Amino acid sequence: MSIVNTPNGYKLDTSGQRVVVDPVTRIEGHMRAEVNIDENNIITNAVSSGTIWRGLEVILKGRDPRDAWAFVQRICGVCTGTHALTSVRAVEDALGINIPENANSIRNIMQLSLQVHDHLVHFYHLHALDWVNPVNALKADPKATSALQQQVSPNHPNSSPGYFRDVQNRLKKFVESGQLGPFRNGYWTNPAYLLPPEADLMAVTHYLEALDFQKEIMKTRTIFGGKDTHPNWTVGGVPCPINVDGTGGVGALNMVNLNQVHQILKDSQTFIKNVYIPDILAIGQFYKGWLYGGGLSSQNVLAYGDIPDRANDYSPANLMMPSGAIINGDLSKVHDVDLTDPEQVQEFVPHSWYKYPDGVKGLHPWDGVTDPQFDVSSAKGTSQNIEELDESASYSWIKAPRWRGHAMEVGPLARYIIGYAKGDKEITEQIELVLKTLDVPVTALYSTLGRTAARALEAQWAADKQLYFFDKLMTNIKNGDSSTHSGEMWDPADWPSEAKGVGFTEAPRGALGHWIKIKDTKIDNYQCVVPTTWNGSPRDEAGNIGAFEASMMNTKVAVAKEPVEILRNIHSFDPCLACSTHVMSEDGEELASVTTSPIGS
Amino acid sequence: MTDTFYDVMRRQGITRRSFLKFCSLTAAAMGLSPIYASKIAHAMENKPRIPVLWLHGLECTCCSESFIRSGHPLAKDVILSMISLDYDSVIMASAGHEAEAIVDEVIAEHKGKYILACEGNPGLEQDVTGGMSCIVGGKPYTAQLRAAAKDAMAIISWGSCASWGCVQAAKPNPTGATPIHKVPDIGNAPIIKVPGCPPIAEVMTAVITYMLTFEQLPTLDRQGRPKMFYSQRIHDKCYRRPHFDAGQFVEQWDDEGARQGYCLYKMGCKGPTTYNACSTIRWNGGLSFPIQSGHPCIGCSEDGFWDKGGFYDRLSDINQFGIESNADEIGMGAAGLVGGAVAAHAAVSALKRTQQKGDEE
Repeated sequence: MSIVNTPNGYKLDTSGQRVVVDPVTRIEGHMRAEVNIDENNIITNAVSSGTIWRGLEVILKGRDPRDAWAFVQRICGVCTGTHALTSVRAVEDALGINIPENANSIRNIMQLSLQVHDHLVHFYHLHALDWVNPVNALKADPKATSALQQQVSPNHPNSSPGYFRDVQNRLKKFVESGQLGPFRNGYWTNPAYLLPPEADLMAVTHYLEALDFQKEIMKTRTIFGGKDTHPNWTVGGVPCPINVDGTGGVGALNMVNLNQVHQILKDSQTFIKNVYIPDILAIGQFYKGWLYGGGLSSQNVLAYGDIPDRANDYSPANLMMPSGAIINGDLSKVHDVDLTDPEQVQEFVPHSWYKYPDGVKGLHPWDGVTDPQFDVSSAKGTSQNIEELDESASYSWIKAPRWRGHAMEVGPLARYIIGYAKGDKEITEQIELVLKTLDVPVTALYSTLGRTAARALEAQWAADKQLYFFDKLMTNIKNGDSSTHSGEMWDPADWPSEAKGVGFTEAPRGALGHWIKIKDTKIDNYQCVVPTTWNGSPRDEAGNIGAFEASMMNTKVAVAKEPVEILRNIHSFDPCLACSTHVMSEDGEELASVTTSPIGS
Repeated sequence: MTDTFYDVMRRQGITRRSFLKFCSLTAAAMGLSPIYASKIAHAMENKPRIPVLWLHGLECTCCSESFIRSGHPLAKDVILSMISLDYDSVIMASAGHEAEAIVDEVIAEHKGKYILACEGNPGLEQDVTGGMSCIVGGKPYTAQLRAAAKDAMAIISWGSCASWGCVQAAKPNPTGATPIHKVPDIGNAPIIKVPGCPPIAEVMTAVITYMLTFEQLPTLDRQGRPKMFYSQRIHDKCYRRPHFDAGQFVEQWDDEGARQGYCLYKMGCKGPTTYNACSTIRWNGGLSFPIQSGHPCIGCSEDGFWDKGGFYDRLSDINQFGIESNADEIGMGAAGLVGGAVAAHAAVSALKRTQQKGDEE
């Protein structure tokens, strides 16, 4: 038995039963969680491990910086596009390229559509089954479900008793088939599920409605970017030209396409308003007594900001998504964040499967070094069959990023806390409406439920802002500006021999930064520090635990061997593991051992 | 494909009594009343859906994201009515041991009767990662993959990761990422490659529905791709092809040619060397495809497309494409030379098709 007090305020006690969850499902990528649970079913120790490593940044070395967006876009297909946008911004920053206003509006619509889509899909298809029991929905009265629907969302057209009866019959037929597909081996008798059957039926119905609707949201990106998943981007602007009143307009973005975009944006706004938000409030009513999972949110939160109102100005005042850092829960002081400052963002690896040449010192991403070294020799089991990780040694493919030495939480809740602390009018109004509706104090935000609610509010905010940028785009075209690409510095012959830059966005999951160094027109170094690296961080040298780990601490579980509550807490961050694990060597030397593989191409 | 679940269980020596007990336990596990047990038994004896294990290796989940964008059929209908998606770590309710148990159960219950869908690939590099660059249930993903592949009726390699290796296999391939068909000891199940980063949503669902409807595998080309979607180049069916033939090219981003939808060949378009259905099926319900939205094709369904030169480099070094040497000249004198250019291009294309045919068949 051992008890450790972490600098960030957690008492870690490993004396109780160890429970392992691997894989953690309904996330992007691969992840493992281990906890210790005491005799009262309280989690007293938490360990999260990223179990995938792809080495994308090493692959970028020596490539054309104008191609980088396509490589890094493939870091993640769930937050598709946000890495690409971050990448073109990093290259533009390095080369001093300004993009046209129309390109800024189109990029913002694409980025906001990702927020809307990703948040919606996350809630219904990755997170809802932590709160909603589809088997219990079979017991619902369709008439009562219809009444509930009309009460919580009077404007949603799909609300008749017959509609819910149809869905219930389909669900019945599915369950009666005995082939439960994605619902197989679920925890459907677990007392942690609190919804009455009618709310379950309403939510399951919306699981299916949202699955049908989400494909519409991304059609704007297909119009602007040619396909989705993984639309096309370009350094210096956007690839799609605009031609609304000239010869060959059918070969470019024209009035037909713009009308399509407009319709999709309006429909998205309606769906979020009529379905997502009411569901969150309805489900929140039944779970508002379950306020576990706050973790680091009440202490340290971080955002870089995003959605520049005017093109090319990335200062906080011009960013419509808030930026800043809050430390030790002091909402009266939001610190400025400077991604070029070597003392602010640093990555550490004492508990990750990498080694640094200089031991434990943290490194700023521009000077990032990664030398992979998988080692589980002190874990229980074997190197090919890990039974229990040893968190006192290396235990994750994720590095430990820190802001001025602090473990931070990023994501929708972080952004909303920062916006609230800064007095952002729209964010404050949204938050206060939810608190009032659920009749809970502001501290209720610091919870898994708060994280889930913030995501829904942000989807609504993003859906509204899409239309703001659509109007802006149309006004600009009306004023005679159809430009979508600057053309400046496209030719590498015009580039300086050395340049470095940083690009940042707010991905759906949180603050995302790419740091690039260019030498002789090729990529010399490329580093990504991504949201799930922040949230999924392992311990650091001082022993600070990361945001996932903190969220699991002190949570009471109903049935020790059924990890519903663990999933609930971790899912509320919308983890993206393919994003979080990465590698780049400053000089390439450390990677010699990597390329000796007989399998390597 | 027509055996019911019950048939399979009986053949494995399971008694009817045990089968009914299994159905009761299934109902009880879900907290359902005993009446459901008989309904489950009835369904299992009569109307099976093909079990699918959808495994995830080193990947970015863009294939799954594409899949759910299918307009016809809807992803919902595929999952609820066509297949039994028993394991897919991206959407399944259960986790940990309960999730991993499903893989073993399906293999045992449906030996040779389930489809293995692979998204991503395994990293086989040993020196630095010990083959543990992708860990599932504490073990290398390769173990899960091999176990599931051994008794699969067929394997679908979704996307360019499973088909070719894709981005993590680009040089220097730090994890030793290896496409499914090249994994040692992968077994003998037929492998259907559906490449693309990601594949088109409706192509993904069409491959599945083709197999369910016609109860056979699609006809594959020599590289293992369904001929119906991958036997022609983007360029062959591109609606901008007349501009190529007329020598009308986009010279730079957002120029007059771009605004009129001219050919993107000079911007680096890889349509002439890329086999996919983008220019015909198009994306997201036939809405657009990369070229239609102004960006050159990057060739994302081709083997090793990450290492074939820059995305904006013209295809001038590609031997199998003959017109590029005079594309500039054609462009300059387009108006007067259209007829000649078309003729020259047609001749070159015919020649190319012959060569291509020789290479492929």
